[in-house]
Amino acid sequence: MKTQLPVIIAFLSGFIMILAFFSANPGVVNFSQNLLTWVTIVGGISLLLGIVSILKVNIKVISERGKDWVFKVILVLFVFGMSISGLIWGIQEKTPFDWLFQNIQSPMMSTMFSILAFFIASAAYRAFRARTIEATILLITSVIVMLGRIPLGQYIWDKLPGCADWIMAYPNLAVQRGIIIGAALGAAAMSLRIILGIERTYMG
Amino acid sequence: MKRKYFYLLMFIIIVIFFNFVITSASASETTSWFRIDRINILVLLLVFSSAVLLYIRSAKKGKEFFIRKIAGLDAVEEGVGRATEMGRSVLFIPGIDELDEIQTIAGLSILGKVAKITAQYNTPLLVPVRYPLVLAAAQESIKGAYYDMGKEEEYDPEMARYVAGEQFAFVAAVHGIMYRDKPATNVYMGAFYAESLLLAEEGQASGAIQIAGTANPEQLPFFIAACDYTLMGEELFAASSYLSKEPLMLGSLKGQDWMKIVLVICILLGVIFESFNLGGGFFYKLFIEH
Repeated sequence: MKTQLPVIIAFLSGFIMILAFFSANPGVVNFSQNLLTWVTIVGGISLLLGIVSILKVNIKVISERGKDWVFKVILVLFVFGMSISGLIWGIQEKTPFDWLFQNIQSPMMSTMFSILAFFIASAAYRAFRARTIEATILLITSVIVMLGRIPLGQYIWDKLPGCADWIMAYPNLAVQRGIIIGAALGAAAMSLRIILGIERTYMG
Repeated sequence: MKRKYFYLLMFIIIVIFFNFVITSASASETTSWFRIDRINILVLLLVFSSAVLLYIRSAKKGKEFFIRKIAGLDAVEEGVGRATEMGRSVLFIPGIDELDEIQTIAGLSILGKVAKITAQYNTPLLVPVRYPLVLAAAQESIKGAYYDMGKEEEYDPEMARYVAGEQFAFVAAVHGIMYRDKPATNVYMGAFYAESLLLAEEGQASGAIQIAGTANPEQLPFFIAACDYTLMGEELFAASSYLSKEPLMLGSLKGQDWMKIVLVICILLGVIFESFNLGGGFFYKLFIEH
């Protein structure tokens, strides 16, 4: 019963979404939209689960004075600080919440994203080492594409941008489409397995 | 007796469900029940479903199917074994998307299998997640695996933990885990975006064996460059069937392969008809969604 009930709910929900895709009846379409709204509502309520999880893990480390416990204190303070400031003064512009977001959270996230530039360089260095024929082809292709995308490439040889465009529009796109078709079929087969209750591994 | 009550409950749920659908349909303005412009997709869906169901039926009858080796999945056990030998943990990330993303569900299915192996070897498992719903599903998945292996007392709900809701805050938290705990094996299975290389490069720097899988083609080059094994596109969705080795699941993979052949034939015919001006419009319209 514990596993059969979720399977029935999954079947009915999947079936109604398929029905709504093929039906123009507003009742069916509205019902499917309501189901999606419920997903959002359940997701919002479940945020509490996340907060409980984050507090449990970090407060345990703080109380045991575990490794890097000071960082955990900062994290817990900010979980409460952001939440309380948002609840008291709101989240509009020029509120403490907005100040914390604009001056602390946002720059920190931008910093994390900017590290990507260095990681791309180190990953490219490893990927482009011409150890095998395939890696050599990859190296040559990537050099053509990179040079073709900058003015220097056109200065070296005026047909280089055209070559780069051709590589991106034909061999690259063909491979991408192959992967996308395979992935789409895989996703559809997995959805069918879930709807029919064959795939239950995700439920534990 | 129990079964009788179960069927009764099932019947009541189905009746309530359809009653709700029909009531809400009749309460609003009734237009066509079927969108004729989407008949092409319905035909493809029926052909695809029939192929999958036929192969599942043959699997039920005991027919065995050949499934090619997927090196990345064979390496999972090797990776967990390495972590056990080194006395370190296994890090598993089921993507950074919500539970309504099919790649996340595929990731959670693989998590169940990985958790069974970590339970078998008593290897610590860490599963940082970005959404609370994924957290609940991941905890259930791990719990089920540990119970199946008879290791209930080893199960810790904190193996799966919610670390951050923001994309790059999540990356920072995972970097922290990689830096402090130094997991010996990192497994990334699910939907990944700009953070794919950030995670994989940090994992590479920490010296971990890395196995990744995603259906987002833009992120595949990053994983290929930074990970030891990468599952590409459909391999991610086939992983749970491959690892479970259940005939029913493998049957659905065969159905999927059959459909791929049909699609390739349609694409080739479309190209030939269109190239020679023989009117390839039919094949073009077959794939258009209105």
